[in-house]
Amino acid sequence: MIRLIVGRLAMGVVVLWAVATVSFFALRAAPGGPFDEERAAPPEVMRNIEERYHLNEPVLVQYGRFLAGVARFDFGHSMKRQQTVGEIIRNHAPYSARLGVFALTIAITLGVLLGVLAAHRQNRLGDHAAMTISLIGISVPSFVLGPVLIMVFALGLFWLPPARAEGFSSYILPAATLGLIYMGTIARLTRSGMLETLRQDYIRTARAKGVSERAVVWKHGLRLGLIPVVTYLGPATAGLISGSFVVEKVFQIPGLGYSFVASIQDRDYPVLTGVLVFYATFLVLLNLAVDIAYGVIDPRIRDKR
Amino acid sequence: MVATTAPARVEAPAGRSLWADAWRRLRRNRMAVGAGVYIAVMLVFCVVGPWIAAAVGGLDATTQDIDHGAQGPSWRHWFGTDPLGRDMLVRTMMGGRLALIVAFTATAVALVVGVTWGSTAGFVGGRTDEAMMRVVDVLYGFPVVVFVIVLMSVLQTKSLVVLFALIGAINWMTMARIVRGQVMSLRHREFVEAARALGAGPGRIVARHLIPNTLGPIIVYATLQLPHVMLTEAFLSFLGLGVQAPEASWGTLVAEGAEKMVVYPWLLIGPAVVMASTIFALNFLGDGLRDALDPQTRKD
Repeated sequence: MIRLIVGRLAMGVVVLWAVATVSFFALRAAPGGPFDEERAAPPEVMRNIEERYHLNEPVLVQYGRFLAGVARFDFGHSMKRQQTVGEIIRNHAPYSARLGVFALTIAITLGVLLGVLAAHRQNRLGDHAAMTISLIGISVPSFVLGPVLIMVFALGLFWLPPARAEGFSSYILPAATLGLIYMGTIARLTRSGMLETLRQDYIRTARAKGVSERAVVWKHGLRLGLIPVVTYLGPATAGLISGSFVVEKVFQIPGLGYSFVASIQDRDYPVLTGVLVFYATFLVLLNLAVDIAYGVIDPRIRDKR
Repeated sequence: MVATTAPARVEAPAGRSLWADAWRRLRRNRMAVGAGVYIAVMLVFCVVGPWIAAAVGGLDATTQDIDHGAQGPSWRHWFGTDPLGRDMLVRTMMGGRLALIVAFTATAVALVVGVTWGSTAGFVGGRTDEAMMRVVDVLYGFPVVVFVIVLMSVLQTKSLVVLFALIGAINWMTMARIVRGQVMSLRHREFVEAARALGAGPGRIVARHLIPNTLGPIIVYATLQLPHVMLTEAFLSFLGLGVQAPEASWGTLVAEGAEKMVVYPWLLIGPAVVMASTIFALNFLGDGLRDALDPQTRKD
């Protein structure tokens, strides 16, 4: 187990280095820069700006400085805003984190419920209904679902605020928009995982012992049946991050995704690379947690490793 | 499990009956058949529709009927008109052409990369396999779409080819995993030994003997990839990075419609219903194909 964790951490460092390097060079190789204006600034001004951001140095020196910064999690100053990249992440990430956690909670709760229901009533009405709902969740793009939810629940029924992140109720619609896509996939994974599990011998043993049907399904079955869902958490979170770009735009939430998209338009290199490395670090740690979780859920995997 | 079901796929006469069997199973699945018919109708709608609209109503996607701009559905304009007075029905059809071209091309890219990667890893095995699959694992848990967003915007390209290639380049991982698994389970079988004994090299064995035996899962996941690719394209278009004006795909139409839905709801409803129902049908067909072709994961 310890060997696994150390190995994964080493791998994670390599991944982070690759992300940082690729984004550093890709951004600099692209045409156009953050200080291109309609009217070119006087040469002295440009020189000052370049000096401030070390843009006058050879690229490799810039790269070395950048890597040294990344190692300390210091991404320097934004080139457009009077803030450091660290401040931007600290100010905006909490909104995205709340949105993401809430969305994932909705996705997992509803997805697992639908999936277990479908597996339990296999090939009957409940199954078909649950799978149709989950397919709709997968098929409707979030930039359609978001405005439709706003129209119905905010502008039509006046139940919930249409936009902005002020208080718990304003997170309900965006989190539902973001979560429903993953609810669909999680429901389908739970269903197939449960179908596989409920056929296993140890489930028959439990039934033979006289364990109640509810305990068989929710306690014995779900434990193994959830493994595909746990595997999916990494990709789902990765998807939530890119999904947040759309949802934060639709609902006017000042999260990190919104900030990131704005920085793309501004070509704000430090912010772009900084946020990318931040996302990558988060995902590396999350995937490590998922790997550890397997061992906790299924002792057979733990012993094998 | 593999040993009991797989021989039916391998021996020539039984192999034919696999496809016949699958076809029979697929036909019995009414939802999947309905979805297939719907997709065929949509193809006709998008490919032939604009010509019919031009011949019958004299409508096209670009003519601006300024006097009738931003009007709701009518006998002349079934899906209404946009604020510039362009017919939304024809725009939706033309958008469908583009969306389908993107979907098929990007899926083809993903297919080629995924099948090549997966079959190489599975056939070579050992450390190469481990390293190759590690790359897949890492990419799988990573928001690769974010990279596409950054690349599309910094390259400032309007080229559709780049769009196809990028969308395809981020969607091949599932295919690689599936093909690898299939190849690994097949590579020590007798028919591979026989081919080797007859002097076939590794390239020929993979291309002529192994990949044809994994066609079932490949077809299934290619079908399921199509809706996914369409959604990716729509997502990029919403952020202003996908298909660029004056071209319009379903993604751009829906994104435009979503902005103006409160005032002109028909701008959203027409394209959104057509797009979502097509994606829905593709998913249903993919599921049906999986049940028919891949008895191991079938919902029996």
